[in-house]
Amino acid sequence: MSLLIYGLINSIILALYTVGFSLTYGISGLANFAHGALYILSGYTAWSFLNILGLPFWASAPLAVIATALVGFLFYWVLLLRLRGIALAELIVTFAAGVAILELLTWKGFYGIRYSLPLFLRGGVEIGNVAVDYQRLFVVATGILLVILLWLFVHHTKIGLAFRAMAQNERTALSIGIESDWIGSLSLALGSALAAIAAMVVLPLGVMESTIGYEVLIYALAVAIVGGLESTLGMIAGSFIIGYGQILAARYIGAKWMVIVPLAAIVLVLIVRPSGLFGKFKELEERV
Amino acid sequence: MTEPGSKFRKKRLDRGIKARADTIFAVASWREILYLLLPRALPAGFLLLLPLFLDGYWEKVLVYACMFGLLALSWDFLASCGLFSLGQSLFFGLGAYLAGGLNYYLHWPPVVTLPVATIGGGLICSALLSPVMRLRGVYFAMVTLMLPILFMKGIEATGLLGGTHGLSALSPLVHDKVSAYLAVLGFLVCLFAFRRVINSDYGLVLMAIRDDDRAVMSGGINIYWRKSQALFIAGSVGAFAGALMTHHYQFVGKSVFALDYSILPVAAVALGGQGSFAGAALGAMILVPLSEALRALGGLRIAIYCSILILSILTLPEGVFHYMERKYQQFETKVEVR
Amino acid sequence: MAAQGPILEVRRLSKNFGGVRAVHEVSFTLRRGEFLGVIGPNGSGKTTLVNLITGFVKPSSGSVFFKGAEITGKAPYKIAGLGLARTFQMVRLFYNLPAYKNVIIPLCSPRVKRLRGGKYGEKDDAAIDILDDMGFERDSFVPYKPAGSLPHGYLKRLDLARALALRPELLILDELFSGMSMSEVASTLPIIERLNQEGLTIVMIEHRLKELFRVVDRVLVLNFGMKIAEGTPSEVMESDAVKSAYLGIEVDVEAQAG
Ligand SMILES: Nc1ncnc2c1ncn2[C@@H]1O[C@H](COP(=O)(O)OP(=O)(O)O)[C@@H](O)[C@H]1O
Ligand SMILES: [Mg+2]
Repeated sequence: MSLLIYGLINSIILALYTVGFSLTYGISGLANFAHGALYILSGYTAWSFLNILGLPFWASAPLAVIATALVGFLFYWVLLLRLRGIALAELIVTFAAGVAILELLTWKGFYGIRYSLPLFLRGGVEIGNVAVDYQRLFVVATGILLVILLWLFVHHTKIGLAFRAMAQNERTALSIGIESDWIGSLSLALGSALAAIAAMVVLPLGVMESTIGYEVLIYALAVAIVGGLESTLGMIAGSFIIGYGQILAARYIGAKWMVIVPLAAIVLVLIVRPSGLFGKFKELEERV
Repeated sequence: MTEPGSKFRKKRLDRGIKARADTIFAVASWREILYLLLPRALPAGFLLLLPLFLDGYWEKVLVYACMFGLLALSWDFLASCGLFSLGQSLFFGLGAYLAGGLNYYLHWPPVVTLPVATIGGGLICSALLSPVMRLRGVYFAMVTLMLPILFMKGIEATGLLGGTHGLSALSPLVHDKVSAYLAVLGFLVCLFAFRRVINSDYGLVLMAIRDDDRAVMSGGINIYWRKSQALFIAGSVGAFAGALMTHHYQFVGKSVFALDYSILPVAAVALGGQGSFAGAALGAMILVPLSEALRALGGLRIAIYCSILILSILTLPEGVFHYMERKYQQFETKVEVR
Repeated sequence: MAAQGPILEVRRLSKNFGGVRAVHEVSFTLRRGEFLGVIGPNGSGKTTLVNLITGFVKPSSGSVFFKGAEITGKAPYKIAGLGLARTFQMVRLFYNLPAYKNVIIPLCSPRVKRLRGGKYGEKDDAAIDILDDMGFERDSFVPYKPAGSLPHGYLKRLDLARALALRPELLILDELFSGMSMSEVASTLPIIERLNQEGLTIVMIEHRLKELFRVVDRVLVLNFGMKIAEGTPSEVMESDAVKSAYLGIEVDVEAQAG
C-alpha cells in the first residue's frame, strides 16, 4: 500500500518536472535545456518576494510564476530569435543560459535551511495505514489538474489550436497567418510557467538548492526520453515507469540505487525502442 | 567628392592560391610556401617548445589546455557528422576511470592502461551511444548530457570504483615532462590528423551525413556504421585525454564526469569556430588560460564560460578562427577614388 | 549473375499513412533491360511506390524482390548497395559541396569499391567523367561550383549522375524532367535511352507523356494508389479505365504533340 502511494507521489512529481519541457518541445520543437534552471529560479524568486518584500506566500507564489513566464518569454526574444532553426545553436544557448543561471545562484550562495518555501497545507492523513501529509496530496492533485487543464487548453482554446497547428506543420501554420515567433515565445513562456508551478508545489517539501536545477533537468529529460518526446501519453507513462521504478528500487535493493533507475530505464528504452515508448518514430517516415 | 574621408575606399583581394579544385595547389615561390606553412608550423613549434620552459603550475595549465583541446577536437569531429554532444565528460570520465581502475585494481602500468583506456573508452562510447545516433535532433544531445551526470551519481551512490573518495596513489607517468609532452603531442597529432581526415573522402562522407543522411543512404553507404566509427574516434580521443589526466594527477574521482569537461569544449568550439578543428584548438588555447586567470572567482567561472559561449554564438557565429583565416587570405588596401 | 527471372518483382505492396491509402495492393514485375514508365495524377502514390521499393518507407504489407532476393523493408543503403539506385523528385543534394564532390559520395560506397576492384583510380576523375557525360563540361567551372549555386536543371542532372555513380542494375527516376527546360530534356533523354540500350533497367516516373511514350517499352498507370492499367503506351491510352480516371491527359498529349 505505501509502495502504491509513494510511487504515485513520486511519479506525479516527475510528471510535474517534465510537463513544461515537453509542452515547449511539442509546440515549437524547442528543447529548452534551461528548464531546470527556470524551475529553481522561480523558487528563489518566490522566496525573495516572501522574505525580502514581505509578501504572503499566496501572493508571492503566483507572482513568481508570472515572473518566470516573463523570463521564458524574454529568453526567446533576446537569445533565441536569431538562432531559430539552427538546432545546434538553440540547444547550446539554452543549455549555456541554464547553466549560467544555476552557477550564478550557487555562487550567490543560496543554500541552507533558511532558503525554503512554506507549505501550502500543514498536517496529514492516514490512507490505509500510510501517513501522507497534505502537501503531498496537494502535489498529486495539482499534477492531475495541470494535465487536465493543459489538455483542455490545447484542444479547446483558440491559441491552443494555433499551437497544435504549429506543432503539426510549421509552414502551413505560417501560411494561415500564425506567427511562429509569437508561438515560439509563448510556448517558452508557458513551459517556464509550468516549471514554476511545479516548483511552487514541490519545493516546499524540502530545502532549496541550486543543484536541484540540474536534477530537474535530468529527470525531465529522462522522462521525455523514456516516454518519447512530444507525446503527452508518453510523458505520463515515462513518469510512472521511472517513478515506481525508483520506489521499488529503494524498497527492494536499497535507497542508493534510486539514481540508477532513470539510467537503466533510458538504456533499456534506447535499446528496445530508441524513439521512446510512445514517441512517433519519425526517422524513416519523413517525406522524401 | 570633396571630403577627404571619402576619397579612399577599401579594396579587398583574395589570395588566389587555391585554384579550381581544392586538391590542386599552385605554389609558385618561397613566399607562398611560407605563407602556407607558417600558420601551421609556428603554433605547433611553439607548443612543442613550451614544456621545456614551463614548470610546476604553468606546466599543469598547459596539460590542462591540451586536455580541453582534445575534448574540443573530439566534439568538433562528432559535430562534423551531425552529432552534437553535450557530454564530452562522458568520454573523458570513461577514459579516466578505465585507466584508473585498471591501474588501481589490476596494477597495470600506464604504458598498458593508456592505450587500453583509449581504445576501450572509444568502444564503450560507441556501444552506449549507438542506439541514440539513429535519431536525429536533440536526442543525442539529451542522452549525452544525462549519461555522465548519472554515472557520477551512480558512483556516488553505490561507492563502486572508490565512490566519493575516488582512486588515489595511482602510478605516475615517468616524469611530469613526459606527460606534458604526451599531452602536447597527442593534441597536435589529433589536430593535424583530424584536419587531414576531414578533407579526405572519409571526411566528405561524414559531412554529407550531417547535411542529408538520406541522400548518403541512397548512395549505398551505411550511415550508422560510419556514425559509430565517428563515435569511436571521438570517444577514443576524449578517453585518451581522461586517461592521461588520471596518470598525470595520479588520482581519479567522480569529478571527471563534471560539467566543466562538457561545457568548456563546447564553449571553445563556439568561440573558435566549428568545422575546421583549428578553431576548436584555438578556442581551447584561449579559454583555458583565461579560466585559470579567473580561478579566483571559483564557481562563477562556469557562468563566465557560458556567457562567452552565448556571446560568441550571437555576435561572431563563424568563430574567431574563421574570421582570422578570412582576413589572412585577403589583402586589404586603401585605393584612392578618382 | 543469373540474368534469368525478373530483376524486380513487386507483390501486393500497400502503404497507409494514417488514413491515407497512398499505395494499395500494387503488383508488377520488371524484366532485365526493360524500360518501364509509371504515370498517374499528382498524389496517386508514385513517389511512395518508389520509396517503398527503395526502403525509404516501410510497407504496411506486401513484398518486394530484387534479383530474386527479398528486400522488403530493408534499410535504404542495403538496397542501394545491391544495385538499385534512384533519383529524388525533390532533389536531395549536398548544396555546400562542389558538384563533383556530390558524385564522390556514392563512389565511396562498398558496392562501388567492390565493382572497381583492385585498380583504384582517382575518385575525383571518375566523378568528373560521370558529370561530363551528363553535360557538365569538364573543362568549364561548372563541376567545381557549389551545388547550391547551380540552376535547377543542373541539379536534376547532378542527382542523376549521383545515382549512376553507384553503377546500378536498376535505376528509378522520379520525375527527372520536372522543372527542366525543353532543351535540357532534349539533351538528357538520349542519355537515358543510351543507358537503357547498354542494358540498364530503368523505371521512369514522368508527367511529360510525349517524351515518355517515345522511349518506354511498357507503362504502368496508378490512380489513388492503385494500379489501374498496364501495357504498351498505345494499349494504355486506349484503356477506358485510364481515360475515365485520367481525364485531360489526351488533351495534354495532343497539345504537346501539336
Ligand atoms: N510521409 C508521408 N506522410 C503522410 N502522407 C504521405 C506521405 N508521403 C506521401 N503521402 C501521401 O500519399 C499520397 C501519395 O503521395 P505521392 O506518393 O507523393 O504521390 P505522387 O508522387 O504520385 O504525386 C498523397 O496523398 C500524399 O499526401
Ligand atoms: Mg511524386
